[in-house]
Amino acid sequence: MAKRKLVHIKVNGRDHEAEIEPRVLLVHFIRDVIELTGTHVGCDTTNCGACTVLLDGRPVKSCTVFAVQAHGREIRTIEGLAANGRLHPLQEGFKEEHGLQCGFCTPGMIMSACALLEKNPHPSEEEIRWGISGNICRCTGYQNIVKAVQYAANKMA
Amino acid sequence: MLQKTSPEIGGMGHSVKRKEDLRFVQGKGTYVDDVHLPGMVYGHMVRSPYAHARILGIRSEEARKLPGVLAVITGQDLEKAGLSWMPTLFHDKQMVLATGKVLFMSQEVAFVVAEDRYTAADAAELVEVDYEDLPVLVDPHRALDADAPVLREDREEKTNHIFHWEVGDQKATERVFQSAPVKAGLDAFFQRCHPAPLETCGCVADYNSATGKLTVWETSQAPHAHRTLFALVAGLPENNIRIIAPDIGGGFGNKVPIYPGYVCAVVASLQLERPVKWIETRSENLQSTGFARDYHMTAEIAAERDGKVKALRVKTLADHGAFNAAAQPSKFPAGLFSICTGSYDFSTAFCEVDGVYTNKAPGGIAYRCSFRVTEAAYLIERAMDVLAQELKMDPAELRLKNFIRSDQFPYQCPLGWNYDSGDYHAAMNLALGKIGYAELRKEQAEKRAKGELMGIGISSFTEIVGAGPAHTFDIVGIKMFDSCEIRIHPTGKAIARMGTKSQGQGHETTFAQIVAQELGIPVADVTVEEGDTDTAPYGLGTYASRSTPTAGAATSMASRKIRDKAKKIAAHLLEVSEEDLEWEPGRFFVKGAPSKAKTIQDIAFAAYTNLPPGLEAGLEAVHYYDPPNLTFPFGTYICVVDIDKGTGEVKVRRFVAVDDCGNIINPMIVEGQIHGGLTEGLAIAFMQEIAYDESGNVQGATFMDYLVPTAVETPTWETDKTCTPSPHHPLGAKGVGESPNVGSPAAFVNAVVDALSHLGVRHIDMPVAPWKIWRILKEKGIAE
Repeated sequence: MAKRKLVHIKVNGRDHEAEIEPRVLLVHFIRDVIELTGTHVGCDTTNCGACTVLLDGRPVKSCTVFAVQAHGREIRTIEGLAANGRLHPLQEGFKEEHGLQCGFCTPGMIMSACALLEKNPHPSEEEIRWGISGNICRCTGYQNIVKAVQYAANKMA
Repeated sequence: MLQKTSPEIGGMGHSVKRKEDLRFVQGKGTYVDDVHLPGMVYGHMVRSPYAHARILGIRSEEARKLPGVLAVITGQDLEKAGLSWMPTLFHDKQMVLATGKVLFMSQEVAFVVAEDRYTAADAAELVEVDYEDLPVLVDPHRALDADAPVLREDREEKTNHIFHWEVGDQKATERVFQSAPVKAGLDAFFQRCHPAPLETCGCVADYNSATGKLTVWETSQAPHAHRTLFALVAGLPENNIRIIAPDIGGGFGNKVPIYPGYVCAVVASLQLERPVKWIETRSENLQSTGFARDYHMTAEIAAERDGKVKALRVKTLADHGAFNAAAQPSKFPAGLFSICTGSYDFSTAFCEVDGVYTNKAPGGIAYRCSFRVTEAAYLIERAMDVLAQELKMDPAELRLKNFIRSDQFPYQCPLGWNYDSGDYHAAMNLALGKIGYAELRKEQAEKRAKGELMGIGISSFTEIVGAGPAHTFDIVGIKMFDSCEIRIHPTGKAIARMGTKSQGQGHETTFAQIVAQELGIPVADVTVEEGDTDTAPYGLGTYASRSTPTAGAATSMASRKIRDKAKKIAAHLLEVSEEDLEWEPGRFFVKGAPSKAKTIQDIAFAAYTNLPPGLEAGLEAVHYYDPPNLTFPFGTYICVVDIDKGTGEVKVRRFVAVDDCGNIINPMIVEGQIHGGLTEGLAIAFMQEIAYDESGNVQGATFMDYLVPTAVETPTWETDKTCTPSPHHPLGAKGVGESPNVGSPAAFVNAVVDALSHLGVRHIDMPVAPWKIWRILKEKGIAE
C-alpha cells in the first residue's frame, strides 16, 4: 500500500484536511471521507457525469480525478449551491420545470449546467444540450432539463 | 365524475410541483450508497471471466492474508448453509455463488469482504480460480441441436428447452391463412438490452445479533416480495427482516429481482455481525443483472386485398440466458406477449413461444414494460407496416381500416384479453393532424424525386398494464394486489403508505394528490411514505406501470373509507343525520345550508376529541386493492426522419406522441414520463444492445460501448393526449410510464424503413445503427 498523503482541499468554502491513500478518487474523498453524499457514482468510466463537481470553477468528473490532484484547490459540490436557505436558480429551475425524476443524475447535471452558465450566461438550446452532453439522464429525456437551465439563465440575467 | 379541487388542495388534474424534488436538487436524497452505518464493511464480487467453464478450484489464501480482509465466501460455503442456489421469480433457480461450473460471463463466484471498498477490490483480484473451458452456447437457434451442450446439469430434464407456450386457435388461424389472398410478415429480432438505471444495484445488510433483526437497505422495486423471499429462502422469521428501499436512482425493471450480491451481503453480515455494503460497478450491472427482450420473432398477417386483416400467426424463440430469471408474475411463460394482436380487430390468431437456455446472463425482466408487451407491440406495428408495403397502401390508412372501433369496447381479443376502453381512431387522427401527415407525404415524394431520404413512421400501440388481477398474477403464490394505509392526524394532516415504491415516478406527489382529491386535504399536508416493510402495508411493488392501477386505486378506496367515517363524525358535530350531508372536496355541509359545514380538519380533530357514542377513535383506513382487470392505455406515435446518404446517420426531425392513459393525476408528471420513455425507445431503436461474441463475452459492458443517448442525440418530443377513462379503475386512470417505451421503437424503425422502402427494404433489426443503413445504401448503390 502506497504511503498515505496529507491533502488540504477546500470544499464549498470549508477547509478539509485528511490523510489518504494516493489512489483515492476525488469522488470517494467527497462521499466517504468528508461525507457529502450529494455527488453520485453512476458508471466508473467517466461517461455518465453523475459525479460532476467544480474544481476551481471547472466541471470535472470526480470519479476520474484523484483526491491528491485536488490538493490545495477548491471544490464546489451540489451541497454548496443553496445559500442562506435559498435555492440556487438552477435548483429552483429543475424543480419548477420538472427537470428531474429519480434525482440520481441531478446533482451532476446541475453542476455541469452551473459551469455552463458561468461561462455563457445566455446559452441557446443547442449550447445547453452540448453543455450537458457529458451528463446522462435515464429518466427525463432532457427536454425539461433544457427548460430548467433556461429558467435559471433567465432568472440570473 | 370526479369533483374538481382547488389548486390549493391540488387533487386530480393539477400539475403540482413534486414534493420529493426539494431534497433531490440539493443533493439530500438518501440512495443506498449514501447509507453509512457504524462498523460498516464492504463486499466485492469475484466474477467469472468465462461463459461456460468447470471450476476446478478456488484459492483464497492470498486474499485472506491481505490486511483488512475479513472474509472470502464461496459457493461451497453457501452450500453448507443451503444457500448456494436461490429461487428465481419464475419457477427456476439460480446460483448465488457458482458451484461446479459457471454458466455465463461475469457470473458470481466468490464474495470478498474487507474493511474498505479499495481493500475489498484488491482482495478480489487475489482470489485465484482454476477453470476448465467448456463448449459455449451463444446462439439460441442452436440450443436444441443434438450436438449442443446441455447447460443445466442440475435439472432433471437434460435439454436446453425451458418451455413451450401457445395461445389462440391454431386450426382456425391455419384455415384463414390457407385461403387468404394476401399474406405478409417478417422475422424480427428484438435485441437483448439492459435498462441501465443511472444508479446501479446495491445493498447494505445489517444483522443485529442482539435482537436477531436483519435490516437490509436495498435498491428494490418490490421490498415486500423481497422480504418474504428472504424469509422463505434463508429461513429467517419474517418479522425479523426489515427491507428498506430508500431513494432509488431509477429502476425500469432492473431492480425487481433478488441478485446474488444481496444474498452474499446478508450472509456476510450474519457471519461477521457487522453491516455489509455491496454496490455494483456499472460493468457488473450491465453484464450480470436482469437484461430485457432477446426475442427472435416471426409474424405473419393474413389479409384481404382491400387491407382488412383476418388472422395473425406469431412464432418466437426466447433467449433466457443461463437461468430462467424472467421477472414476470403472470401465469404465462411469455408474460403478456399475447397482446400481440395490438390495436387491430383480428378474427383469429395463434401465438407460440419457446424459451431456451444459453450461456448468457439470466433475466428477461420487464424493461419499462409489462412483461413482454414491448416485444409484442413492436412486432405487430412492424408487421402492419410490412403488410402496408405489400399492399402498396398508406400505413395510416391501413391502421384506420383495421382498428378496433370505440363501440367494440370492452373488446375481447382472439388471444384472450378483455380490453377495457379505447378510441384508437381519435388518437390516430389527432396525431395525423398535429404532424401534418398529408403534407409530409407530399414532401417525401418531392424529396425522393431529388434522391433524398426521408421517412415517416407510425406506431399505434395498445398497452396492457396494472398487474394484476389475482386470478392471473402472483409472485410465489402471493397475489398481485396492492395496498394503501392512511392515517389522519388530529390536526388534519395525513400520512399515507403504500406497498409500491417510487424510483423517480413521483409517488410522493401523485399519491398525495389522490388523497387530496378524495378527502380535500391539501397535497402539502399529505406525507407519502413507501419502501419500508416495517411500516408500509404489504404490496408487490412498482413495475409494469402498476402503481396507479393498483396502489393508486387502493389509495382512493382507503380515502373513501375514511370519508365514510368522517361523515358519521360530521353528522354528530352538526347534529344532523348522515343523509342530510353532502360532500365537496374538503368538507361536509348540510344539504340546502352550505354554511352549516365541518371541514375535514374539524372532523379529524373530533375523531380524537369529540366522537359520537359507540364510534371507535381515530381516523385511519387500509385497503388492499385487487384490480378486476388490467388497464389498456394506447396511443399513436408518428416519427419523421431524414437519413444522411454519406454516413447512414438518422436524424429524428419530428416526433409526435399522442397518448391516452385515461384520467390523469398530474399532467406535468405524465408528460415527463412520456419524454423519458420516448428517449428510452429512441435508445433501443438506435443504440442500446447487449451483444455477445462467439465465446460468450459481453460486448456492451460499459457506457463506452453500451450506448445511451445524451441531450445531443435526443430530439424535442411533441406530446398530446386523448382521454378515455378506464371503466373499472376508481379514478378512471390507467398507468403511463411504459407506454412511450412500448410504443415508440416501432415508430422509429418504421420511419427508417419507410425512408428506404422504395429501394425494396422491408426490415432492419434494431439497433438501427448508421453502419447497418450505410451498408444497405452501399448495396443499393446510393451511398455517397
